[in-house]
Order: sequence, then structure tokens, then C-alpha cells
Amino acid sequence: MLNMTPKEIHKRKGLKINPAKTCQPIGAMYASLGIHNCLPHSHGSQGCCAYHRSHLTRHYKEPIMAATSSFTEGAAVFGGGANLRQALKTMFSVYKPDVVAVHTTCLSETIGDDLPTLIKKAADDGIIPKGKTVIHANTPSYVGSHVTGFANMTAAMVKYLAEKNGHSGKLVSVIPGYVEPSDMREIKRILNLMGVRHVLFPDTSDVLDAGQKGKFTMYPRGGVKVEELKSTGSSELTLALGKFASETGAQMLEQKCDVPFQVLDLPIGISATDRFIEALIDITGASPPETLIEERGRAVDIMTDMLQYFHGKKVAIFGDPDQVLSLTEFAVNLGMKPVHVLTGTPGKLFERKAKKIIGQAAESPNVKSSGDLFLLHQWIKNEPVDLLIGNTYGKYIARAEDIPFVRFGFPILDRIGHSYFPTVGYRGAIRLLEKMLDAIMDRQDRDAPDFRFELVM
Amino acid sequence: MTGMNMSVLEARKGQVYEKGDGPFKLKCNLDSVPGAVSQRACVFCGSRVVLYPITDALHLVHGPIGCAIYTWDIRGALSSDRELHRLSFSTDLQERDVIFGGEKKLEAALLELIERYEPEAAFVYSTCIVGIIGDDIEAVCRQVSEKTGIQCIPVQSEGFKGSKRAGYQAACNALFRLVGQGDTSGISPHSINILGDFNLAGEIWIIQDYYRRMGIEVVATITGDGRVADIQRAHGARLNVVQCSGATLDLAKMMKERYGIPYIRVSYFGVDDMAEALYKVADHFQDESIKKRTNALVREELDAIYPEIVRFRQALKGKRAAIYVGGAFKAFSLIKAFRLLGMKVVLVGSQTGTKEDYEELEAITDPGTIIVDDSNPLELSEFLKEKRVDIFVGGVKERPIAYKLGIGFCDHNHERKEALEGFIGMYNFAKEVYSTVMSPVWHFVPRKAV
Repeated sequence: MLNMTPKEIHKRKGLKINPAKTCQPIGAMYASLGIHNCLPHSHGSQGCCAYHRSHLTRHYKEPIMAATSSFTEGAAVFGGGANLRQALKTMFSVYKPDVVAVHTTCLSETIGDDLPTLIKKAADDGIIPKGKTVIHANTPSYVGSHVTGFANMTAAMVKYLAEKNGHSGKLVSVIPGYVEPSDMREIKRILNLMGVRHVLFPDTSDVLDAGQKGKFTMYPRGGVKVEELKSTGSSELTLALGKFASETGAQMLEQKCDVPFQVLDLPIGISATDRFIEALIDITGASPPETLIEERGRAVDIMTDMLQYFHGKKVAIFGDPDQVLSLTEFAVNLGMKPVHVLTGTPGKLFERKAKKIIGQAAESPNVKSSGDLFLLHQWIKNEPVDLLIGNTYGKYIARAEDIPFVRFGFPILDRIGHSYFPTVGYRGAIRLLEKMLDAIMDRQDRDAPDFRFELVM
Repeated sequence: MTGMNMSVLEARKGQVYEKGDGPFKLKCNLDSVPGAVSQRACVFCGSRVVLYPITDALHLVHGPIGCAIYTWDIRGALSSDRELHRLSFSTDLQERDVIFGGEKKLEAALLELIERYEPEAAFVYSTCIVGIIGDDIEAVCRQVSEKTGIQCIPVQSEGFKGSKRAGYQAACNALFRLVGQGDTSGISPHSINILGDFNLAGEIWIIQDYYRRMGIEVVATITGDGRVADIQRAHGARLNVVQCSGATLDLAKMMKERYGIPYIRVSYFGVDDMAEALYKVADHFQDESIKKRTNALVREELDAIYPEIVRFRQALKGKRAAIYVGGAFKAFSLIKAFRLLGMKVVLVGSQTGTKEDYEELEAITDPGTIIVDDSNPLELSEFLKEKRVDIFVGGVKERPIAYKLGIGFCDHNHERKEALEGFIGMYNFAKEVYSTVMSPVWHFVPRKAV
């Protein structure tokens, strides 16, 4: 009964069915959680904040702390200035964050609250205690997607905090993209292995994957520190991983502090990770350490072991644009055919890049930005696939069409543990390979009649 | 009040009370303090949770994408037939719509969806931004209803126009538009509507089965496993049986006023309240055979679970529980259920309780119990530590807080996966409490930092 998607595709006017994106503020909230001792603040109705916290809780299985301006009708008429002032007082006196990161909502954007002025006034009036920081990002829900919100909040960190002091000390700023805490941890590990002095921001590792300590803390120990954010202004280069999530912040840093930047694909899969490592080699001039070379060797070894099973398999990939592009490339590297590739986030660039990556690997593939899962389902009905990769919402399609399904991306609401394993780097590639082939082979086992059911595969 | 002051916001002092600590006074139904990490939601959320279980209606969210995403199939409201309510439809408003208005887009979306899915009715939810840009969703609904013959009902649920409770009212207003349209002939004089049950984990099927065995006809289930046609003839029932903290109480009140249908309030949680609910309904109809069947049913169901409950009680006796739920009404039943398990409730609170709710909580709790309105994580975690709680009952945002503290947890909200209503529900509840409180995993957790 859940399978209500017709095969026949016709044009729709301004209607999304089973969306493949969500709104900016949740991305901003996620980015804010990657600042040390930071309380994200949602400037809008209570519901937005509650929804974002619930959604992030379902994905990370961690307490998600954020406050709200609790708009009422009065605020909608007279503006949310008074609410924000009261909110700042409450937050600094009760929750004692070092940083409050305010993001707007469709409501506060539409009524036209002028956040910079409101924040400046609050500072002038002593509402923001000395030594404390308030930053803000404009994140209207009716523009872009959650990825845009992440990018805007990352840019806000730079805009408010980056300072140029003239001494680079070979520091590199790294914006990791809208990835998991485990991915951020893995990117830092690789940077350390490569001997790159860096500031990674935002950084949700040790915030949203904090261990059990028998107590509840508002601010787990992770997150990029204000001092570190200041130092980004003096870095010699910014590496922005993933154009959609990270370029805005890198541009801001160039604009404000003349730090040049390089946009790389998210290091998911072997090729994109290679390019990431090459970029790091360019920076340090040093060769990669044996550890990394061995990791790559293991990843490639597994790829060779698996190649006969992946070759020619059709795959559909959906999710956030940066992730999808890198994963599509990985699928091509494996000899798979990415026949359907879709993101909910707007941006024609995605379509151009995806088509280029797929090249001759699949004949006239379906590629779309601003798409939804209804369309993806229709595509799959018209051209079935052997594997579907995407977030939790893909499970409806996987069930309706009986396709092996690998959960990947944000959000994953129906499994536990995913946020502890990176999918970036060579180690991430190994994990993806195992998950993908397991899904395909589990299906083969399930479907095989007794006489074809094999012990050794 | 040991250590309580440190954890309570100055402005929130009036919303926290420790029983035995002076005369009972608790402020409630206030707007949350801006800046608080409130566990509360908005008007839209209230409307959406009430209406969403209607399975053969179209639910179209008019607004930017987020509001549709965050309410997409998040509540396990099960259906015995259609699954239309589990799809997500959004007009995905863009910047140009905010400037030029979204009415045309809404109309096009509605027309297309009605043609494709042939729903029995359509609910159109307005969100914050729709209230600001001033789209006339009432007019769009009227036009589309005329064009298609499918009733389109606007739900005035702009998020900022109050709390979740205001959303319940908006949902009831929308439901009331459906009531009264259907043919009521053939409805038994011994008939009811079930209100305020959302069929989480199939609970309404358990309750429906009880009523069937009592010889009572259920006309409409509002809204769990709900059908538009049933709601349209709900005015033919002789009694409205309302559960929950009032999500659908307003509908019962409106139906009483217009159709003269009386209502009673019940709870299906815990054996006491479950039995009392059935007895109340039986009493209402003054029919000896119904009463007899009811007595037999209660006895049979109790006999089936009682030995198991005793077994759980032996293990759980003396353990301490904390409750923080959306509506306070549920808390009454939970307190009794914990007592049946030999456990002690040391903290009870809600997001949206009323004055009457809290007075009753004060009356039925033990001295020393903390009663709290519209709490926040910091406050809750302090109380949980202070009261050395063994299990916390709450919703999605509370679970990881309990786990971080090394405390067992039971979701008594959207995300419960086992039916907790009915007699069998008491067994399931006891089993869940037992499995979380007695889990060997807690042995590996660092000593609780009190």
C-alpha cells in the first residue's frame, strides 16, 4: 500500500512529493554544534527548534541542545528584537555558553529582523557578557536547503571571528563539509598523518559522538574553539571539501582576510580521497606516510576482490550534492552504472558535474538537482537498479521495488551506530565497499533457489 | 528544596513545585521564556499530530520544505487500509513565492494531488510564513473543493500563533467541518466515537476489540486509523469517549454543543484506568448485558496478565521513576501504573499541562515529588540526578539525556513501538520498564556522578 508512485512521469507544478532535502536552519544548527561551548539559537517559533532538535536526535542518538526565541504573535507583528534580547539574557545566565550562534527562520526573515543591528545593540547594552561571542547567519527556509544553511553558518563563523594577524605559521583552514562527526575526526586524522597544521571547522566530533560518562553535559568537549576560528584569518590556504557545503565559508575567508582557497570534492571513495591527499602533498611538499599508503593499498585490494560483483551493476544514488557526486565517482571507479543520480538541493552545477563524472559509464543517465524521491522512484520504475544508496527515506522505494539498499547520508532515522563510522578517506571507502557488497550479496542469498544457494561466493 | 535552586531558571521558579514545600501553586500555560532550551513545539506541530493519522485524506503542508519533512511519517500511526497519510506533500515555498504569494502554487498542487491520489478529503496546513505573507488558504480550499468535489479543509496552524495546544484547537476546528456530513442511519444506540487515540503501535485496534466484545459499536476512530467517511458520520454516535490531555477535547465539546452528544474522559493506560474507562462506557449505556460482558472482559484480561505483572513487580519494587510528557493527562495513568509495579514516581512534568491537570497531579503524588511545567534539559537532568531516578519516561528529545546519565528510558510518545494501551499494554509497559531498568548494560556505565 505504501507503493503509490505511478510509473508514468509528467511535469509537476510547484509541488514536492517525498522531499529529498530539508530546510536551512537545521544545517545551521548542525554547523553551530561544531563550535566549542556553543549554544545554537533558533530565531523563530518554538516548533522549528523542537523539530530540528528531534530530527538531529533521531539521527545522532545524542542530546541536541539549542534554544529558541519562542516567537508569538506579538513578535510576528512587532519584530523579534525583544525576544532575542530576552533570549540572550536567558542563555548567558542559565546555560553559560561561550558562543551563541543565532540562525534565522522563514518567519524572522520575512518579518525582516535585522540581526546584525540587534546583536550589536545587545552587545552595547551589556546583554552579551564580556568575553562571550554571538554570531549569526541568515538562513531563510525558502532558499536552498539544509546544506545551504550549513554553508551559511560556516561562513558566519569566519565573518564574525576570523582575524588576520600576518603570521601564517603554515596554518591551513579546512572546512570538512556537511559530514558526520566520525568523518570530521577521520579528516583530522589524515591531516595529522600528513603533517598539516590545521584548523577544521565546524567540528562536531566529540560533540555528537561523545562517549557515555554517567553524566549529562550541555557542551561536550569537542568543537572548534573561538581562538582557533580567529586564527583562520591568518591561514595560508583554505581547503573547502565539497562545493555546496564548504565553498561559501572559504569565499568569506578570502574576502575578509585574503586567504586563498581551493575547493575539493568530499574525500569519499578512492579518487576523491587521492585528490585530497595530493592537495595535502602540494601544501607540505612531503610524501604521505606509510600508514596512509597502506590504508590505500588495503582499500584497493578490497576493490579488486570485489570487482567481479560490482561490475555492470546499476545503482541509484541520492542525497546531499557533495556526497552524491563523490559517491557517484566511486561507483564509476568500481565499474558500476550510476543510472539515477539525484539531490533535493537546488543547483544546476550538480547536474553538470554528475553528468561529467558518469561520462560513458551509463547511457543517458537520469540526473537532477531540486528533485524529490517521488521522481527518483518513477525513474527506478522505468529503469530498475541493482542497488539504491541514500538516506533513510529511500527505504520506501527499496521496499516497493525490492532493491538492496545502503543507508548513507543524512538523515538516517532507522538504524543506530552509523554516525560512529566514517565514510571519508580510504578507511571510509573500505566501509562503504563492505556495506554495498553485503547488500547485494544478501539479496543474492535471499533470492537463490536451493540448487543455486552457494556456500562460497 | 535540596539543590533545586541551582537548576531552576529564576523566571521559571513559579513553574516548579516540590510537594510538601508550602501550599501548592504552579504557574502553567505560559509562553516559554525566550532563550530556554524548551522541549515544546508549535501550533503546526499540534495540528499535524492530531490530523495526520487520518489515512485516506491528503495532508498538504503549505510552506517551505522543513515543516513537511519533520512531520513525514514520524509517528507510528498505523493504518488497516490506506497509507496516504504516510507520504509527504509540500508546496516547497521559494523566495519568489514569499514575495508574490503562494496561492497559485497551492491551488496547482492541490488539484494535482487530488487527481492523482483520489483522497476522501484534503487538509491544507498553513505554516508560519503563510500567516505572514497572507495567502488566503480558505479561499483556495473553497475553489478547489468546488472544482473537484473533494472537500478541502484549511488548517490554521501558523506556528507562532500559540503553543501546541492551540494547534489541537485548529485541528479540532478542521475535524468539526467534516462531522455532520454523513448518513447516520443504522448506527446502534450503543455506539461511541473513540477520540484522542492515534493508533500508535496499533493501540486503537486493541481498544476497538474491547468495545466490540462489550457489544458497543465504534462509529469513528478519531483520529487513529481514521477514515473521512467515519468522521463524517461521527455525529450519529451516542457518546464521545475522549482520551489524552485534550488534543481532541475541543471537538467533543463542539459536538456536544451542536449535536448534544455527551462525552466522557478516559485513559487506556494502566489496568486501573483501562478498566475504569470500560466501566464508565458500560455505565453510560445502562444496559445489563453490556455491563456483564464488560465485567467478564476485565476479569479475563486481568487474569491473563496479572501473574506476569507480579513477577515484574518483584524485580522493580522500590525503583524510582520520572515522567515528563507532552500532556499531563497521560501522567496520571503513568503514576498509577508505576505504583502497580511497586515503583515510586519522584518527578512528574509536562509540556502543556493545565491548572486542573497540575492540581490533580499534586493530589495523587507522594510528598517530595517534583512537579514541573515546560521544563528544559538542564533542569530535568539536575532533577533526575537529585532524585536518583532509575527510569525516565519521555519523548524523543529526552531519551539521550537519560542514557547519558546512565538511567533507563521508556518512550511513551510518538516513538513507542510496543502498544502501551489496554491490559496487554500494561504488560508491555512492565516488560519495557523491566528491560531498561534491569539491563546489564548499566553495569558498564561509569558510576553515576551525583
